[in-house]
Amino acid sequence: MIESVTAAGDWVLVLPLALCLLGAALALILRRDRALVLVMSLLVIAAVIACEVVLLLRVYEAGPLSMTMGKWLPPFGISFTADLFGAGFSLTAAVVTLLVLVYYEGDRGSGLDVNFHAMVLLLLAGVTGSFLTGDLFNLYVWFEVMLIASFGLLVLGGRPLQLDAAVKYGFLNFLATSFFLLALGLLYGSLGTLNMADIMRVAPQANMAAMGGIAAILLLAFGMKAAVFPLNGWLPASYHAPPPAISALFAGLLTKVGVFALLKSMVVLLPASRDLLEPVLVALAMATLLIAPLGAIAETNLRRAIGFLLIGGVGAVLVGIALPSLDGVSGAGLYIFHAMLSMTALYLVAGLIERATGATDTRAMGGLYAASAPLSILFFVLILAVAGVPPLLGFWPKLLLLQASLGQGGWSGGLLAGALVVNAVLTLIAGSRLWAHIFWRAAPDGAAPAVVGSVAVWTGYGATALLVLLIVAAGLWPNALFEILAKGAPDLLDPSRYVTAVGLAGGVP
Amino acid sequence: MDQVLAVLVGCFMAVGIYLLLSRSVIRMLLGLVVFGNGVNLLIFTAGRLTRAAAPIIPAGLAQAEGPMANPLPQALILTAIVIGFAMFSFLLVLAYRAYQSLDADDTDTMRVAEPVDAPNPPLSY
Repeated sequence: MIESVTAAGDWVLVLPLALCLLGAALALILRRDRALVLVMSLLVIAAVIACEVVLLLRVYEAGPLSMTMGKWLPPFGISFTADLFGAGFSLTAAVVTLLVLVYYEGDRGSGLDVNFHAMVLLLLAGVTGSFLTGDLFNLYVWFEVMLIASFGLLVLGGRPLQLDAAVKYGFLNFLATSFFLLALGLLYGSLGTLNMADIMRVAPQANMAAMGGIAAILLLAFGMKAAVFPLNGWLPASYHAPPPAISALFAGLLTKVGVFALLKSMVVLLPASRDLLEPVLVALAMATLLIAPLGAIAETNLRRAIGFLLIGGVGAVLVGIALPSLDGVSGAGLYIFHAMLSMTALYLVAGLIERATGATDTRAMGGLYAASAPLSILFFVLILAVAGVPPLLGFWPKLLLLQASLGQGGWSGGLLAGALVVNAVLTLIAGSRLWAHIFWRAAPDGAAPAVVGSVAVWTGYGATALLVLLIVAAGLWPNALFEILAKGAPDLLDPSRYVTAVGLAGGVP
Repeated sequence: MDQVLAVLVGCFMAVGIYLLLSRSVIRMLLGLVVFGNGVNLLIFTAGRLTRAAAPIIPAGLAQAEGPMANPLPQALILTAIVIGFAMFSFLLVLAYRAYQSLDADDTDTMRVAEPVDAPNPPLSY
């Protein structure tokens, strides 16, 4: 039994979640007064950011931080455990959400959006919970919180396009979480525990074949969540349907949670089974890296094309999971951070482009450079960042991943390095083609003239520009990021500090 | 008893996946429910089946004497049932709305988000 009350300072671990959930409830209560709800949501997210900055600094100084609910000792009570990666990603998620909320004010138009803020706060709660939880079943619950909030956001407004997209998104994601639950049941049956730190401790002694099978089901479930190549069908079918701000939020948060869960379950929880699955991971990483940007080249709908670029980024994270050296894991973590910022920004810019041209298909766009040079610069910088051109943020994780794959030596390392480079070139081709079609060529006959810069969209421009500025600044001064990686990545490869933080250190019973 | 339940779980999952492979949205939905119940039954089976005492610890003791049933799988399944039911009801309403506005319950004819006969991408640049 836990007899002592948790120290006041440790509450910073669950405070972001409590704030988000309370904020969502308040937003529902106050829904008649839209302005009040907006101010309240912005304040709640600002408070969440403040908590997470404190949490990040604390974890950076003192190592992983853990808190267990309801008097039960760790393997039985539900633990929340923040390592440096989880704390960093949840901070990034909150910052992205804040900027998207600001953007949405300029972009919402006259559509119906009752309960938008409540659902965004619930989505943020689900994402933060998934990053900070230390218990696999709890992770499942946060996945479902995230899923139900994203359902609501996806159909907000109820246009036929959105309903069609939601059917595909809903069925495939619900199936993925069912597979996750299936793997959980088997894991509980064979290990008798679902606490992550406890699994790290007892998994090496367990039946290798059973663990391998469970890891394969987890790979299937999280692969579906993360839109890894053969399982990516739902993403380009759904991400272009809701308003741009909501697409941006999904792109920044949802697949990243899936791929982080994959990183954690493969590299940290079941490393022996990961070794068994390594050829599969290498093949998946290469297929995702190569095929996704080809999809982007062949696509003419702007936001669907960006969706394919997003899937390519998931492939880059998979490279880090396939090569779990210090460089590989750091590269995967930094890539997730980079993709959270860049993909959100890219969708936000796409929203501004769609608003200016009144079209969603690049075939109907053109000549936007004349109407808005700043918009073209924002888009171009983001394309370079996504492709990984130095000195932008996207370059650093790709450098780490290339180092990891070349340092590994074997045939798989060489293949992955090749796939990473080809992916960068293809992404550059796809992105610059989009740029040329939207901005550079003359407008096609009969296209409506672009209208840029009504007062209402300035918050949209401001939020997008701020995000791009953040990406450029993080690329120019990456030292702080590298210091966080140097402290955080070893904890993933050797989870002894994590296990100690939960209070489960010592021999296996 | 475990073996019988294991076979039953297999049957549930086979039926669920068979229904999910269908094109009709309602059949897919039923498939998801059957699959989800198969998973719940699996957790129930994996959590050690026993006819021993109920998991109630007498007052004054820190742990029970002798074998008792495992209460945790029931908590897990209860959570999963509630979540699964919420998802099911949402998807049911969604399927109905989609049927109303798209006039289709066949996934082959639901192509608003992904048009089938879209022209080729432009060849310039």
